[in-house]
Amino acid sequence: MSMLSVNNLHVRVGEAEIIRGLSLAVPAGEVHAIMGPNGAGKSTLSYTLAGRGGYEVTGGSATLNGEDLLALEPNERAAKGLFLSFQYPLEIPGVPGLTFIRTALNAQRKARGEAEISAPEFLKLARAEAAKLKIDFDMLKRPLNVGFSGGEKKRMEIFQMAMLSPHFLILDETDSGLDIDALKIVAEGVNALRGPDRAMLVITHYQRLLDYIRPDMVHVLAGGRIVASGGPELALELEAEGYDRFVKAAA
Amino acid sequence: MSLASALATGDVAELPNRRQEDWRWTDLRGALRALPPASPAGEAAAIGSGPFDGLTSDQIVFLNGRAQSETVIAVAEAAARTAALRWVSQTSNTAHGGKVRIVVAAGARLVLLESYEGRGEAYVADAVLEFELGEGASVERVVLAEDAADAISVSTATVALAPHARFAQTVLTSGAKRQRLETQVSHPGGGGELRLDGGYLIGGARHADLTTVVAHQGLDGRTEQLTKGAVAGAARGVFQGRIVVAEGADHTDARMGHHALILSDRAEVDAKPELEIYADDVACAHGNTVGALDEDALFYIRSRGVPEHEARALLTQAFVGEVVDRIEHEGARDAARAWVASHLEALA
Repeated sequence: MSMLSVNNLHVRVGEAEIIRGLSLAVPAGEVHAIMGPNGAGKSTLSYTLAGRGGYEVTGGSATLNGEDLLALEPNERAAKGLFLSFQYPLEIPGVPGLTFIRTALNAQRKARGEAEISAPEFLKLARAEAAKLKIDFDMLKRPLNVGFSGGEKKRMEIFQMAMLSPHFLILDETDSGLDIDALKIVAEGVNALRGPDRAMLVITHYQRLLDYIRPDMVHVLAGGRIVASGGPELALELEAEGYDRFVKAAA
Repeated sequence: MSLASALATGDVAELPNRRQEDWRWTDLRGALRALPPASPAGEAAAIGSGPFDGLTSDQIVFLNGRAQSETVIAVAEAAARTAALRWVSQTSNTAHGGKVRIVVAAGARLVLLESYEGRGEAYVADAVLEFELGEGASVERVVLAEDAADAISVSTATVALAPHARFAQTVLTSGAKRQRLETQVSHPGGGGELRLDGGYLIGGARHADLTTVVAHQGLDGRTEQLTKGAVAGAARGVFQGRIVVAEGADHTDARMGHHALILSDRAEVDAKPELEIYADDVACAHGNTVGALDEDALFYIRSRGVPEHEARALLTQAFVGEVVDRIEHEGARDAARAWVASHLEALA
C-alpha cells in the first residue's frame, strides 16, 4: 500500500482551478520528485496536502497511510506524521526556535496520546541534530528565523524535520535560495532521514537538488496534472530539453 | 474633575465624561448613574496572596483604599529598597479611594512591585500615587492590574523626575468595566531617563485605558515608550500617549510606540499618540499600528502540529512579550511573564 495516495485531486484557489485531476502514489521507503514549470501547481499541491486555508478541494482524495488527509486540521496532519518544509519559512518574532519546536513536538505527542518529552532529553536531541546540520546552538535560542539568511531558514526547516521525526516529508523548493555548500548540508540532512518507514515528496523546479537527493521516481507536473513519470533519468531529460513539450501536452 | 474628587464630594457631576477630550474613550459618568456608598474597612486577615509574593517581605497594603501601614514610601539617600504596593479591593458595590506618596532621595534606588487586586464585584476604586525623585535616583515600577470584570478602577500617578534620575515603568492590565491607568511625568531633562511601557490583554466586555503624559521641560532628556496590547471578544483598548517638549528643551530624545492586535471582529482599539514639540533641536518619533494575527504565521505553526488556539496564544504571548522582556528586575519579569501566560486563555 502506498503511504501517500492522491487520486484525481481537483483544487481551486479563488476562481481558478489550479490542480486538475492529479493522481500520485508514493510507497513507504521511496523518494519521489515532482518537477514542473512555474505556475504548474507545485506549491498548491504541497499547501493542499498540508491543509492551508484558501485551497478548496473540489474533487478527488488524498490519504496518508489510508487515512483521509483532507478531513484533518493542519495540526492533526502533522501529528499523523506529515511535514511540509516551506519554500519561504516564516519568521516568528518573540518565539525562540527551541521553544517553538518543543511546543510543536509536545503538541504532536499529546495528540498521539504520548507523554511529553523531558527538558534534558529534548536538549540532548536538539544539540545532536543541530551539530549534524552545522547549526550554531545559540541560533536556536533566537526568535525563529528572525533575521536568518535564506540558507539558515532552510537549515532550520530540516532541523525541525529531524526533531519532529515525521513519516511523510514534503520538501517544497527546498533548493531555492541555497548556495552549493548549504545545499549539500541540507541534502545530507534529508538523506539521513531516508528509511524504510519514511517517504518523501521533493518538489523542485531544477534538477540540481536531485543530484544530492536521489529520487526513486520523477513526476512532471504541468497544468495541474502529472503528465509524465519515470526514473531519475527523466530529471536529466528535463534539464536538457526544458518543460516545453510537457506544457504543450498539458494544454 | 476626577474620580477622586467625585468620591470626596459625592457629586456625580465631578466624574470625567466623554465630552472631555482626554476622557472621550473612558466615560466614567456614563458608566455610573450614582456614586455607590463608601466601602467597609475590609478584613486584613483575608487579603490572601499577591502576584509578587516571594520577591519581597516589604509590603504596603491599601485595603479598600485604607492604608494598613505607612502612606509614604520613603527611600533615604543612596539607600535601596524593593517594596510591594498592593491595592486590594475586597468589597462589592461600594466605592473607595487611597493615596500614597513615594519619595526616593538623591542616589537612592526603589523597585516598586505594584498590584491591583480585585476581590469583589462592581466596586469603584481610585488610587493616587505621587512619585518624587531626587537627583540621580532610580525607580523601577512594575504594575500588574487584575480588577473585577464589572469594576470601575482608576489609578493616577504623577512623577516628578530629577536630573540624572531614572524612572522605568511597566504597566500590565487585564482591564475592568472601565479602567484607566494614567501616568503623568514632569521631565526636567538634565540627563534624566524615562521608560514608560504598557501592555493590555483584554477580553469579554472589558475596557482598559493606558494614558501617559510626559512634559519635557529642560535640555537633554530621554523618554522611551512601548505599549502593546491584544483585545478579544467585545473588549476595548485605549492608548493615549502625549509627549510635550517645551521651548528650550533641546536635545530631547523621545520615542513612543503603540502596537495592538485585534483578535475578534467586535473588539476595538482607540489610540491617540501625540507629540507636541516647541523646541528646535530634538529627536522625536512615534509609531502606531493596529492589526490582526498573521494568518501565514498561524498556518506555519499549525503545520508543525500546534492546535489553532495554542498557535494564537503563542503568537499573542510573543507579541506582548516584547514589553515584558524590557522589565529589568528578574523576579518581576518572571511574575509578569506568568501573568501574561495566565491571561491568554481569556483571549482564546
